[in-house]
Amino acid sequence: MSQAKPRFSPAALLRGSLVPVLVIALWQILSTSGLINPVVLPSPVQVVVRWWAYLLPTEAYDPAQSSWILWALSGEMLFDAWSSLYRVVLGFAVGAGLALPLGLAMGGNPRIYALFDPLMQVLRPIPPIAYIPLAILWFGLGNAPAVFLIAIGAFFPVLMNTIAGVRHVDGIYLRAARNLGAGKLTMFVRVILPAATPYILAGARIGIGTAFIVVIVSEMIAVNSGLGFRILEAREFMWSDKIIAGMFTIGLLGLAIDIGMNRLNNHLLRWHRGLEN
Amino acid sequence: MTPMLRTVADTAPVAPVADAAPVQIQVRGVEKTFAIGAQKIVALQNIDLDIRKGEFVCLLGPSGCGKSTLLNAVAGFQPPTKGTVTVDGRIITEPGPDRGMVFQEYALFPWMTVAQNVAFGLEIKGMSKAEIAEKVEWLLQKLHLQDFRNRFPKDLSGGMRQRVAIARVLALDSPILLMDEPFGALDALTRRTLQDELLRIWEEVGKTILFVTHSIEESIYLADRIIVMTYRPGTIKRDVVVDMPRPRDGSAPEFNRLKRELSQMVMEEQQRFSQDEIRSVTAD
Ligand SMILES: Nc1ncnc2c1ncn2[C@@H]1O[C@H](COP(=O)(O)OP(=O)(O)OP(=O)(O)O)[C@@H](O)[C@H]1O
Ligand SMILES: [Mg+2]
Repeated sequence: MSQAKPRFSPAALLRGSLVPVLVIALWQILSTSGLINPVVLPSPVQVVVRWWAYLLPTEAYDPAQSSWILWALSGEMLFDAWSSLYRVVLGFAVGAGLALPLGLAMGGNPRIYALFDPLMQVLRPIPPIAYIPLAILWFGLGNAPAVFLIAIGAFFPVLMNTIAGVRHVDGIYLRAARNLGAGKLTMFVRVILPAATPYILAGARIGIGTAFIVVIVSEMIAVNSGLGFRILEAREFMWSDKIIAGMFTIGLLGLAIDIGMNRLNNHLLRWHRGLEN
Repeated sequence: MTPMLRTVADTAPVAPVADAAPVQIQVRGVEKTFAIGAQKIVALQNIDLDIRKGEFVCLLGPSGCGKSTLLNAVAGFQPPTKGTVTVDGRIITEPGPDRGMVFQEYALFPWMTVAQNVAFGLEIKGMSKAEIAEKVEWLLQKLHLQDFRNRFPKDLSGGMRQRVAIARVLALDSPILLMDEPFGALDALTRRTLQDELLRIWEEVGKTILFVTHSIEESIYLADRIIVMTYRPGTIKRDVVVDMPRPRDGSAPEFNRLKRELSQMVMEEQQRFSQDEIRSVTAD
């Protein structure tokens, strides 16, 4: 692996923070100048204060009630972030969990492919958001419609990439495995599946990205918790500072998910040649 | 399988495999045609070939003369259009671990470590974990791979990959080894080292080896018999017995005489190859 230069050299840090600092400074000047209504655009300081309040526990610490850790984590934001993350993970697990076996079967068997492909081609272009009315009709409000929508968002990217991955397995591996005596099952589990993982993981990444978009939207509609719900709620009270604080938190959660996926990717594909570390 | 013990210590010039050994691979009237659009390519025609148990046979010929096609037919990857390949009396219809193949492209599984690659065939055989571990260890030692057991193929040099491919196939204990230009991509030094290792293993465990190469020197250095092939249609041009004691000395007069002779034969075919290339280029 190539020896990466230290990413956080002071000079690089300075250069990297230049534009954000300028933007924030400009924003602060604009909002304190009185030119813009603070309800429309709160100052960055106000947003940070609000974000901090959003993070902190709402009640005073009472040792009789709960442990210190639980209290520290009892803030509204962490609860919202946890709710959203829970839905993403659950919905993604359902969607990808269905897409993976179907994709493997479709990629590996032309007859199964011919059977399912027409339906998939019809359903695939429908954006998950378009399922919202149906989801509410079917599942009412609460976690169920949200998980359903997220599962749909994750399903198709994983499905399509799994099919492509299985189909693109280099014939040389199949021949080598057959020569070594591999039967159908061994071939599938130990050769085709690992050979297809780069594709499958690429699909999973797109899928979890879609799931994250869908979770925010569905929380604005179907449930009473989560980051998406919280920023819509803040709008009703005209708390623009909280809206922005919530958006910032959504960004952080997205980043955390992306980093997590990246780690998983790097681990599962540590054998892979084209891996930039 | 009773291993044929042949050691380097044999002083008498080794007769090109005891003629008493039974025929193991029998190729009869094999023809293979490929259709590319309307064009028909006769890759192999009228191939009759007997290879005895324990024999080291090289297939020699210019690029495109059908060496890989013949090897694939023996391996069972591509059935011939006409004729049959028989191994130990059974007609070959599909690949199997009794005919271990070393591919020109190595074909190591990149998601498995060196040790896992070598163990793969043994796991399929259903050997116990302890047996597998022991055998893998033995093979890694034998091919000087013990320090790289946990590396993935992407972190190996070409020569190391080739050794893993050989170890993986040796693990099968297949009586027959099929090798398709296994040392083609290596530098001269690594190549010679691996050639010597291969000969050592062959002498130790007595396998039948069918080895494809387009290096004349390599074929003389290794083989009991060299099958020179013609170009389009691919037929057997000459079947040359190499009757020299091993290790063979590349500077010996006998070696060089044979080399000149073979060069002459290959050159004739090579020229037909170049003319063919020119024709196909001008035809485009
Ligand atoms: N799958 C295929 N489809 C069409 N033609 C093929 C196919 N495989 C081989 N051929 C043709 O058959 C001929 C023999 O090919 P083969 O691969 O056996 O040659 P080779 O002697 O192994 O050459 P090289 O030394 O370059 O590997 C070539 O002319 C090639 O174009
Ligand atoms: Mg070839």
